[in-house]
Amino acid sequence: MNVLNFVQAFFGDSAHWHGYDGIPSRFLEHVQYTLLALAVAAAVGLPVGLLTGHTGRGGNAIAVVANAARALPSFGLLVLSVLLIGFGLLPVMIPLVVLAVPPILVTTYEAVRTVDPAPVDAARGMGMPEPGILFRVEVPVALPLILSGLRSAAVQIVSTATIGAYVSLGGLGRYVVDGLYQRDYEKVVGGATLVAVLALITLALFWAVGRFAVSPGVRRR
Amino acid sequence: MNGFFDIPSDLQNTWTGLIGMHLREALLPVAAGLLLALPLALLCDRFRWLYPPVLGLTTILYAVPSLAFFVVLIDYTGQTELTVMIPLALYSLVVLVPAIADGVRSVPDETLSAATAMGFGPVRRYLQVQLPIAAPAIIAGLRVATASSISLVSVGALIGNQGALGNLMAAGLKYDRPELAANAVLTTALLAVLCDVALVALRRVLTPWMPRSGRERTAAPHEELLTKGAAR
Amino acid sequence: MTSTAKSSRSRTRHHGAAAVALAAAAALLTGCSSGDTSDNPLDGDKAEAGTVVVGSNNFAESTLLADIYGEALRAKGLKVTYKHNIGSRETTYGLMRNGSVTVLPEYNGSLLAYLDEKAEQTSADAVNTAVKAKLDKQLTLLESSPAEDKDSVALNAATAKKYGLTAESTLADLKEAAPQLVIGGSPEFQTRQQGLKGLEAVYGLKFKNFKALDAGGPLTQAALAQNEVQAADVFTTDPTIVKEKFVVLKDPENLFGYANVTPLVRKDALPEEGVEALNAVSAKLDTETLLDLDAQVQLEKKDPLDVAKAWLKSAGLV
Repeated sequence: MNVLNFVQAFFGDSAHWHGYDGIPSRFLEHVQYTLLALAVAAAVGLPVGLLTGHTGRGGNAIAVVANAARALPSFGLLVLSVLLIGFGLLPVMIPLVVLAVPPILVTTYEAVRTVDPAPVDAARGMGMPEPGILFRVEVPVALPLILSGLRSAAVQIVSTATIGAYVSLGGLGRYVVDGLYQRDYEKVVGGATLVAVLALITLALFWAVGRFAVSPGVRRR
Repeated sequence: MNGFFDIPSDLQNTWTGLIGMHLREALLPVAAGLLLALPLALLCDRFRWLYPPVLGLTTILYAVPSLAFFVVLIDYTGQTELTVMIPLALYSLVVLVPAIADGVRSVPDETLSAATAMGFGPVRRYLQVQLPIAAPAIIAGLRVATASSISLVSVGALIGNQGALGNLMAAGLKYDRPELAANAVLTTALLAVLCDVALVALRRVLTPWMPRSGRERTAAPHEELLTKGAAR
Repeated sequence: MTSTAKSSRSRTRHHGAAAVALAAAAALLTGCSSGDTSDNPLDGDKAEAGTVVVGSNNFAESTLLADIYGEALRAKGLKVTYKHNIGSRETTYGLMRNGSVTVLPEYNGSLLAYLDEKAEQTSADAVNTAVKAKLDKQLTLLESSPAEDKDSVALNAATAKKYGLTAESTLADLKEAAPQLVIGGSPEFQTRQQGLKGLEAVYGLKFKNFKALDAGGPLTQAALAQNEVQAADVFTTDPTIVKEKFVVLKDPENLFGYANVTPLVRKDALPEEGVEALNAVSAKLDTETLLDLDAQVQLEKKDPLDVAKAWLKSAGLV
């Protein structure tokens, strides 16, 4: 079996390029799930991480929450929430958000906590208010690590959203799950390729955002 | 027949049997990943130009969803546990190579020089000096790889009862019995926590010179370890 | 130099500790493996000689039927193992062919449509003859049971009412409404002749969208009941049809053909008494019985193996 042949056959088949099961609509669905889950996870993880990192308090609680969330199996959460809630986006968002919160929360907390105390003290000594210290001193310095947390969460969501197809979600996972039951390797390999491509696009986007948003003085790596 | 612990007969296993299967399917790949990662990391340390391409390749592998790996492997290894374990070993490798390589790299030059002056060859120096000093970083990598592996085994349920506790999750869906899925989720989480505790204990045994408190790191920890996935 | 000597001593100490830890881990892992009954995965999954491997697909009725076959064979003193929840026919047929599964509950007409999309299905006997002609040489069908479980297209009550369709309506009557409806079914329903392909070719039905669910299981039942989909591929023995007042459309062109429960077996796997045992099961199993057994599993949540054993006993088969 040659994987490349399957990739070629999958992308070469014009039937795979239009309609509700076409690559553009499945790709778009996958992007939508990813963005929604990432937005919710960031809305939870960023504020809490920033606040605890700034005050330096609650680190142990964060470690406990993050470890507990990491221990929960995505596939099981997916099945359980579909059984308890039914159809729609909510049951699928639950495992994706649970998956994405720990990396965002922990990196944000660690990033802010480990900012060099000298400039922070200087800002405080100059009478800068606490929100100013957080957003104008700590966050710019911590940004690369914060972004890496978001990036990792995004890549994991992209990859994990695939199993949503098992409980009738759309997205690129459709090709993998349908291919499994239809015994159609073209679809499985094509779907996996698309997921990997989307993950790499995500990495590239975060790299670009990093280039753009991180101040040159901080960017050293 | 719809209690929390009433495992459907078609899983052909008991609750404890599923736990044993889950641990085996999750931990053997991590062990295999570690065995492969140790020499790879040594090579990356000896030949620095090797590290970026290895890191790039592993990042791409990590982006391929586990289910697709399972399905493609069925043709070679059948609907067996091995089909589930091979991709998990790869994912472990992806987490462990950077963890070990960075840990090994953090060993100070003077320490290495001292070892060389004492007549250590590169392999012996790697095994007896660099690895022990890198133990905390390696254990940190093992913790991430283990948590991820334990979560991912469940997906094996989709290729025909090969997902251990994941089979119980799928059975919950098949028979519309949420309590089975809840049982499987809680048990899996418990296994993940226990394995994590065991690894932390192992680190304390291996690195008696380090502080015993929970907060082991003073510098910012390596971002790959903070962020690499627990599950998908 | 003294400091190096000291660190070398402590190094030896962690070595000892590491060795102990490794040994403990190894013991744990091998301990787990020895507790397991499965063979070495490297041996592949070929059936062991003399053992009958009964397989099942990923839906409740298939598990139930596999349990019935398996227990009936066991009662004849045969060595039986099960491979449950494998997947769809697309996968299980391959496993039958390569010998990793040797007995599988099948539905004769559905299997024929899989082997030959264009085959006419005029009678149950003709179907079995046609299947046997198309099957891999190693495989054969035993006697069919009168119990029938077809795929069918069912509407939920609200949709049926909206478009004025009743249990007397046919699939052809759905032509006008179809473009407004989402149809659900297993992922494989999308590409099967006894699925979207045939519905379009035979009845000209083009649906607005297809939603992949499970093989007539809880997902399908819930999606149809909650109007996530307005039409769905539902098995005719599904106890929720009555419970949820689904409307099953008639199939005058016989797209879904015959679907009598029939054992598919490898010729070399079953001794004569095994063949007799399965034929005896088929003789006793009718649609009404199957409906009742399905309801016990799907509605009353009894374990399929218990249901299988109880029925075999009550039917005097064990």
